[in-house]
Amino acid sequence: MADEALVRLRGVAKDYKRGSETVHVLHALDLDIPKGDFLALMGPSGSGKSTLLNLIGGIDRPTAGSIEIAGQRTDSMSDGDLGRWRANHVGFVFQMYNLLPVLTAERNVELPLLLTKLSAAERKKRANAALKLVGLSERAHHKPRELSGGQEQRVGIARAIVSDPTLLLCDEPTGDLDRKSGDEILDLLQALNQQQGKTIIMVTHDPHAAARAKHVLHLNKGQLGHEAAA
Amino acid sequence: MFKYLPLLWANLGRKRLRTSLTLASIVVAFLLFGLMQTLRVALTGSPELAGLDRLITMHKTSFIQSLPLAYLNRVKGVDGVLVASSQDWFGGMYQEDRNQLATFAIEAPTFFEVYSEYQLPPEQKQAFLQDRSSAIVGKLVAERFQWKVGDTIPMRSNIWTRKDDGGNVWPLKIAGIYEASNGDNQSIYMHYEYLNESRAEIRDMIGWVVVKVSDPDRSAEIARNIDALFVNSSTETKTSTEKAFIQGFANQMGNIGKLLTMVAAAVFFTMLLVTANTMGQSIRERINEIGVMKTLGFSGRGVTSLVLAEAILVTAIGGLIGLGLAALVSKGLSAAVAQFFPVLGMPAATWGIGAVLIVVLGSLAAALPCAQAGRLKIVDALRKT
Repeated sequence: MADEALVRLRGVAKDYKRGSETVHVLHALDLDIPKGDFLALMGPSGSGKSTLLNLIGGIDRPTAGSIEIAGQRTDSMSDGDLGRWRANHVGFVFQMYNLLPVLTAERNVELPLLLTKLSAAERKKRANAALKLVGLSERAHHKPRELSGGQEQRVGIARAIVSDPTLLLCDEPTGDLDRKSGDEILDLLQALNQQQGKTIIMVTHDPHAAARAKHVLHLNKGQLGHEAAA
Repeated sequence: MFKYLPLLWANLGRKRLRTSLTLASIVVAFLLFGLMQTLRVALTGSPELAGLDRLITMHKTSFIQSLPLAYLNRVKGVDGVLVASSQDWFGGMYQEDRNQLATFAIEAPTFFEVYSEYQLPPEQKQAFLQDRSSAIVGKLVAERFQWKVGDTIPMRSNIWTRKDDGGNVWPLKIAGIYEASNGDNQSIYMHYEYLNESRAEIRDMIGWVVVKVSDPDRSAEIARNIDALFVNSSTETKTSTEKAFIQGFANQMGNIGKLLTMVAAAVFFTMLLVTANTMGQSIRERINEIGVMKTLGFSGRGVTSLVLAEAILVTAIGGLIGLGLAALVSKGLSAAVAQFFPVLGMPAATWGIGAVLIVVLGSLAAALPCAQAGRLKIVDALRKT
C-alpha cells in the first residue's frame, strides 16, 4: 500500500500557541493513503481530525514533518504555489456547506473554475455537468437559501469535484443533515469513489457514515489508533 | 477581470439597503463636486478662452465706472492698436425679473473685428449693422425663448431709463443669431448709439474698451501707452490683457474658489469614511466566505483585488450617476443665471478629475478591508462559520 500512496505523511506534528501555552494537536504522525481509497477519520472532539484534514488539504502547515501528495511536497510550498496546488488537486466539502449565499448553485459550482483559463461557455458547461452528476440540474439557478440542507451539500460536492481534483476532503459532510439526506450524500460520495475513482478522506463522528468508507482510522489525542476496514 | 463581474455584482446586491445608502452618499458627494467645479469655473472665469491679442481698457478704479466716449478714438490712435471697440453694460431682463440676460451695448462695426470668434450669416450681420434698433442674440438664448430672426423683443434694463417716456423698455429687433466659439452663446448685443441717444442718465459714456493689438508680444508696452494717455486726468484708466482681466476677476473670487474646494474636500472625506465603513462591515460579515475562496485556491492578492474592485465598482456607479446629475443640473442652472455666467456649464475636465477621484477614493476606502482580507488565515476564517 505504501508504494502506491497518493498521500504520504512522515513525522507530521502540529502545535498551536494558546497564550503562553503550546498545545500539541498532532504528534509525529506517519500515514499513507493509497490512490482510490475512501478513508474515514474518526475520533472524539479535539483529537485533531480536522487539523489533519487541513494539513493534507494544504490550508494549514505542519509544525514538523513532511507531507507529500501525488509525489509533491506540499509542506514546503510557498503560499501562492499552495493556493494553485489546492485549486488543481483538492476538492473540499464542508459540514456547513459554505456556499456563497449571493450566487446561484451554478455560479457557486463555477467558482473554482474562475481560476482557470476556461472560457465562460466551458465553465458553464462543466458546472452544469457537475450539478447533473449530483442530481441537481434543475436547481442550477436557485440560490442556497432556496435549497434544502441536502441539496446545499450536493452543490458543495459539485463545487468540490468540478475541477476534477486528485483528492476529495470532506469535513463532517453529513454532520448538519438528517439521516435521509445524510445517506444520500454518503451514497453520492461512495459513487464518486467507486465509479469515478476519486480518493476521499472524510472526517466524521458518525459510525454510520464511517461504515461507508473502505477504511477507518481512529485519532485520539493527536495520535493515530488502529486502522480498520469498514 | 470581466469573469468576476457577476460575483462583484452579486456582492453589491447582498445588502441592498446598505448598498443603496452608500451609493446615495457617493452620488451626493460627486453631485456636489460637479456643481462646485461648475461654480468655481463660473466664478473664476475661463482665462483660457481669452484672446491673446486683446487688451481691455477700463476705469482705473473699477470696471463698473464709466469712461468718456472720447477715450475710444484716442485709444484707436495708439501705436500698435489694430482696432478698438467700446462696450457698455445694459443689464437686460426679458418678460420676468428672473429672466436676466447678459446684454451689452457695443460699437457694432468694430465689434466683429475685435471678436472674430462670433459668427453669424453675412446677411444677418449686415442687417444688424444697418439697423440701430436691432440686436444679435446668442444661439442658446434664442433657443431658450424660441426667438427668430425678425422678432422684436422688449428688453428691460435694470440700470437705465428712457428719456422719452421714463420707462426702462428698449424694443430690440433680432437681426441675427450668432454662435461663438468661446462658449458665450447666451448674450445679447445691441447698438451703443441706440442706448446712448435714448437713455436719460448719462450721455457719451462707455463701460470699457476692447483693444485688438497688432503684436501680442507688445501688449505690455501698448497697455502702458494707452494708460499714459489719461494719466493725471479725472478718469484714469487701467489696461490689461483680456486674460489678465479675466484672471484679475478670478482672483477677486479666489476665496470663494478656495472655500468651494475645501467644502468639496470635506464632502469627499465624509464619503470616504462612509464607504470605508461599509466595505469594512461587508468584509467582516464575509470572513467565512473569504476563507472558502482561499480554500478553493484564490490567492491573498486575488481576494484583495476582488475587494478593491468591489469598492471601485460601487464608487464608480455612484460617481458616474453623481457627475451625470451635476451635468444636467448645471445645464438647467445655466439658463437661470445666464446674465451673470454666460459660459456656465460643467467643465469637461470634471469628468477626468472625477474618474481619478473614483479610483483614488475607491482604493482608499478599500485599503483597510483589503488588508484584512489579504491577511486572513484560512483556518481562522473557516472557524467563523
